[in-house]
Amino acid sequence: MTDHAIMLRSALTETPTVQRWLIAVALLFLAFFLFLPLFAVFSEAFRNGVGAWWEAIIEPDALAAIRLTLLVAAISVPLNMVFGIAAAWAIAKFEFRGKAFLITLIDLPFSVSPVISGLVYVLLFGSGSLLGPWLKSYGIEILFAVPGIVLATIFVTFPFVARELIPVMQDQGTSDEEAALSLGASGWQTFRHVTLPNIRWGLLYGVLLCNARAMGEFGAVSVVSGHIRGLTDTMPLHIEILYNEYNFAAAFAVASLLVGLALVTLVLKTAIELRFAD
Amino acid sequence: MDLGIQNVSKAFGATAALRDVSLSIETGELVALLGPSGSGKTTLLRLIAGLETPSAGAVFFGDEEASRRSVQERQVGFVFQHYALFRHMTVLENVAFGLTIRPRHSRPSKQEIERRALDLISLVQLSGLEGRYPQQLSGGQRQRVALARAMAIEPKVLLLDEPFGALDAQVRKDLRHWLLEIHERTHYTTLFVTHDQEEALELANRVVVMNEGQIVQIGTPDEVYDHPAVPFVHRFIGESSELPVRVENGQIWFDDCPTGLASDRAGSGLLFFRPHQVEIAPEGSRCLAARVIGSRRLAGTRRLELSVGQSNRHVEIDVPLEHPVAQKQVVFFRPKVWTLFPTGDKEQARPETVGAKLVFPRSAAGGTLRHYEPSVS
Ligand SMILES: Nc1ncnc2c1ncn2[C@@H]1O[C@H](COP(=O)(O)OP(=O)(O)OP(=O)(O)O)[C@@H](O)[C@H]1O
Ligand SMILES: [Mg+2]
Repeated sequence: MTDHAIMLRSALTETPTVQRWLIAVALLFLAFFLFLPLFAVFSEAFRNGVGAWWEAIIEPDALAAIRLTLLVAAISVPLNMVFGIAAAWAIAKFEFRGKAFLITLIDLPFSVSPVISGLVYVLLFGSGSLLGPWLKSYGIEILFAVPGIVLATIFVTFPFVARELIPVMQDQGTSDEEAALSLGASGWQTFRHVTLPNIRWGLLYGVLLCNARAMGEFGAVSVVSGHIRGLTDTMPLHIEILYNEYNFAAAFAVASLLVGLALVTLVLKTAIELRFAD
Repeated sequence: MDLGIQNVSKAFGATAALRDVSLSIETGELVALLGPSGSGKTTLLRLIAGLETPSAGAVFFGDEEASRRSVQERQVGFVFQHYALFRHMTVLENVAFGLTIRPRHSRPSKQEIERRALDLISLVQLSGLEGRYPQQLSGGQRQRVALARAMAIEPKVLLLDEPFGALDAQVRKDLRHWLLEIHERTHYTTLFVTHDQEEALELANRVVVMNEGQIVQIGTPDEVYDHPAVPFVHRFIGESSELPVRVENGQIWFDDCPTGLASDRAGSGLLFFRPHQVEIAPEGSRCLAARVIGSRRLAGTRRLELSVGQSNRHVEIDVPLEHPVAQKQVVFFRPKVWTLFPTGDKEQARPETVGAKLVFPRSAAGGTLRHYEPSVS
């Protein structure tokens, strides 16, 4: 290697020693904050063997929590998907007043503590509010019931799909849609045959993240749920209850399901990113 | 279908993209829209296609005002500046798109759609590539897919926005001939945008020259080249040199020297001529005297950069490769074909062109024959 090449190299990259140090620090950090807890969760969950793990999962209250979590995700994720597509479409493809404001609003759940998000619904639908007693007179319960949990989850998770789609759509511009329109396609056909295929990977990615958060949300849901065992406990809430009862094995067994979900999401996300790359 | 654009203006906020544009195009015509970047060419096409609505004025399809028709109903084949092919569809699916999305009652059968799409693909010489995706095609091939896709809906009007803009010179030339062939076969009313004047002159029956949102001249290639209506057109189309002159006693003067050119106008003006339309004059005769400040080899001639008169105006002229003046310090020459644009209070007066004969004043379809003045002998 010539002197010149050596100089170029050292100007552009760190020396090998520094590189090795950086990698080591990063790995140590990951090991401590990521792999160790992950390992702890699974080792605790299976401490008493697979049989005990299974027992903890099919215990009626745990099953109810799993069912409720799936239900909440099944309602809030599709709604947020529709909202996310609509918002991203409006922001990326049209010019209108208050666009910057709308973008800020979409980010709101990211910047507000989940507990506050939950409290907002307590204020809105609580017994001291206007709406709560009125709805109650019609027999509709929001707080400390499934609707409240769904509302809080929707609020906390609505930025995911929109945030994921806005850059994708902005990048693609409107020319494909215009081409489809000029070829005679209706608005719906254009969306179905041109827009949707163009954004499908971004959309899937956003939905995955949205789903992971919807199933894992604790703070906001904790405020509105009322912790009625077997009725308004989602998986994260149930885990906390079990933990507070010193029932560690059961708590970690349910937790291992959520961690499993996180791992599946991660794998799918990586697969989608690989798909994106080509 | 005849296409009419009547007093159309378009403003985007404070910028006026089009200002009072009127143009009519007959069925089967091939018209070029020529103008510098930002002159409003794309905006005009988008207005015709219905992708924008005019701020004022109207677009007519035949006798019918188009504003009542949606984009879909206009049946305009639009080829976009950057192709806008559907990247998740194969070439065949792209071309067939306009037919497959038709409502059931007017949609041809599956076999019929495929047959028609394959026909178009072979028309644009892409047979064998119908299974590929747009990313697997070269720029020129994508361009042709875009054209085939636009033609699949049997458009009433074909609009091409810089069809060859992103391609290299050789491919452009090939595609040019091929577009002409396709036009001769289909006779779709075609309006294409270009900022390449050579392309416009070679392809079009008529050329529409635009500048700053306005149409500055409409004419056959011969008309706009030989009889430019305003100085802008002379500068923009073809090569041109210009000198500020004065007309006195029937003579054109530059810097207090007679140029040897006669005019019956009085007052000041701008004298335009093209580098290849000059003759070398004998010393002492009435002509322009210039210092040679540079010399460049062009394909078939030698281009001299000259500095004329005391005011050191720069002009360019062409001389044959072996001509002895190429070695000299001083050159005497006289434009053979020139145009005088009056300036000052006579700004509005018509320009005077001398030497150019209008050979094809209004060419019929396909009339791309060109008439050139013989160059310096
Ligand atoms: N959507 C828009 N919003 C604001 N201004 C616009 C818009 N579209 C075009 N313009 C402006 O209108 C003018 C004409 O634009 P247009 O795209 O028609 O130019 P063009 O002749 O096609 O140029 P080019 O050769 O570079 O493509 C430009 O000044 C441009 O900035
Ligand atoms: Mg343009």
